[in-house]
Amino acid sequence: MPHRATRLPHIKILWQRAWRYRSAGLGFSLAYGFVFAISAAVFLTFLWWNTTGTLAREVGQAVEADAQSLTDRLDQNGVPALIQAIQDRLDQDVEDESLYLLMAPDGTRLAGNLHAWPKPVRNDERFYIIKISRDGRTASAQLHAYRLPNNLHLLIGRDVRGRDMLRRVLTETFLWSWVMVTALAIGGGLVVRGIFSRILTSIAQTTAAIAHGDMRQRMPMVGNEVDLVAQTVNKMLDRITRLMEGVKQVSNSIAHDLRTPITRARNRLEDASLHAKTNEEMHDAIDRAVADLDHITSVFDALMRIAQIEAGARRAAFETGDLVKPLHDIAELYEATAEDAGLHLAQDLPPRLMFYGDSRLIQQGVANLIDNAIKFSPPDTTITLRASLSGDLVRISVTDQGAGMAQEDLARASERFFRADQARNTPGAGLGLSLVQAVAQLHGGTFSLEPLQRGLRAVISLPSNSNEKPPAPQQITEASPSAHDADI
Amino acid sequence: MRILLVEDDPTVRSFIIKGLRETGHLVEEADNGKDGLFLAVSENFDIIILDRMLPGGIDGLRILETLRAQNNATPVLLLSALADVDERVAGLRAGGDDYMTKPFAFSELLARVEALARRGSAEQAPQTKLVVADLEMDLLSRTVKRGDEKIDLQPREFRLLEFLMRHAGQVVTRTMLLERVWDYHFDPQTNVIDVHVSRLRQKVDKPFDTALIHTIRNAGYILRAE
Repeated sequence: MPHRATRLPHIKILWQRAWRYRSAGLGFSLAYGFVFAISAAVFLTFLWWNTTGTLAREVGQAVEADAQSLTDRLDQNGVPALIQAIQDRLDQDVEDESLYLLMAPDGTRLAGNLHAWPKPVRNDERFYIIKISRDGRTASAQLHAYRLPNNLHLLIGRDVRGRDMLRRVLTETFLWSWVMVTALAIGGGLVVRGIFSRILTSIAQTTAAIAHGDMRQRMPMVGNEVDLVAQTVNKMLDRITRLMEGVKQVSNSIAHDLRTPITRARNRLEDASLHAKTNEEMHDAIDRAVADLDHITSVFDALMRIAQIEAGARRAAFETGDLVKPLHDIAELYEATAEDAGLHLAQDLPPRLMFYGDSRLIQQGVANLIDNAIKFSPPDTTITLRASLSGDLVRISVTDQGAGMAQEDLARASERFFRADQARNTPGAGLGLSLVQAVAQLHGGTFSLEPLQRGLRAVISLPSNSNEKPPAPQQITEASPSAHDADI
Repeated sequence: MRILLVEDDPTVRSFIIKGLRETGHLVEEADNGKDGLFLAVSENFDIIILDRMLPGGIDGLRILETLRAQNNATPVLLLSALADVDERVAGLRAGGDDYMTKPFAFSELLARVEALARRGSAEQAPQTKLVVADLEMDLLSRTVKRGDEKIDLQPREFRLLEFLMRHAGQVVTRTMLLERVWDYHFDPQTNVIDVHVSRLRQKVDKPFDTALIHTIRNAGYILRAE
């Protein structure tokens, strides 16, 4: 049926849409109340059925016993004794509950307190529960007919008015109990929902505040299992805050560090356009502006690269390999430059250094470190590139014998665009160490700067099998001997 | 050379066309992927310069893949604003011969185009000897001679000179040297390449009367007999 087929998903969507507005707490409490009410109903019904059943059975047994003893009396002493016995019983029945009727075969009443044979009673194999009029009153009675020898008919029964009343009382009690239990269930559900929504509201409020830009909000700790969620959310918020601060800092830096060369290029071109008198002047100004633009491009590229590495996109290029050759190659590339600056670039590399990661990125990071060391080393000093494996930690260090760095600059060194005062006039954009930091983080390692008595040691510490550990967020530290601190 | 340029930005296109025509090349142009693909498959070019992101539903990589699927081996230089290493790899894997990122210097583009054109022809045959003027390089014994004098080179210097000799008469940029000789794809910031070239010069040019390695301002180097 195509009609049905098109309607079903529609209903499903409507249902989903309606469900979206129900809270998880409400759903939880509804389920709780429902289960509670159903259990109470089942429990009370059983109780009712069992109680009334027992009462009915008791009456039955009493009637049967009565019939047996009366039959025995008849067998032993004949009809008059039976009549007498019935009469005795009626006399002794203070509560006026017993019902008897003994009838002769011709239909005349011989004994008993019933005036006529009730019409519905035709069979003598089962109990009848019928209404009987007696002494001007109508009441329920449980009756059993017996066929006696001599063709006599005996009807024995009990007035079950009391039992009816009891049953009514019981039914009412149980119904009310059920109503109360259900009310309690609903109340309990609401309480549960309240607790639930209080927990969720605190999460929702915090996240809503954050969504509106208040990054300082954190989930409160309440001392139960919810703290587990709260802690995770808070940790996540810390990370987001750090990233946001990074973005903010970068955009500020971009505004400053890219605007400056852009302004310079723009001014040069404008100046040339307005004031250049000769072709040569014009070309010169344009060439300088192009150089400025190239610098902007390189800064931009470096930023993009750092962002890309930080986003972890490059983990796809990870592979196992020997790190010694790439390190040796990069040292070789810079050897000539170092020598030109009157520096000696020494290598202290092991014969083999197996490592899982992106060796090209490591190369680039180390290139930046060597580049820095060359820039800040006085002539006739040595720069040492060292690599070693201690435990499962690969340590790559570049040590120079330069002026080192001021204590307060060390911690900020790997911030994007950070440049120590002494470095203001050297070429570069202050992105080199940010990239090293990003590379170390991508590999789940750390980057640290250690001030020496004379010079500075830049150390990249990486777990040699970084595929087995998730990269832990790490901060640059002045001297962090172990990368495992944050891995726990 | 006949060059096909597929580029959608009119300013960039006219800049490249002007520069290439000035240096004596014939340039056909297309401003969208569809026309670019049509021209590329229907005519013969020595080089195709291909932008990656193009209007017209067919992007640069599709054009490249279609060409390669038809066994068209025309050298293709990809020119793209997508600068990620992954994008570069994707471009080269699709059959590109070189990859340049925007913004670019025209001198760099021209150097790469000419290097690509040369590779299309000369490097087909295996060479054992490279000769430029009186400079000789024996690729089998890995020796270098200038005139009658033997020149001792470090392995890396040998590769640098080999690359320059293979592209003798063409401008070779610093980036090209970094990519082809050292296989690095990042900006080393300082003048590392210049230092290596000047060391090579010390050995190849300094002891002799004429210089073979020349610096081209704002572009790179060229090895040629003057």
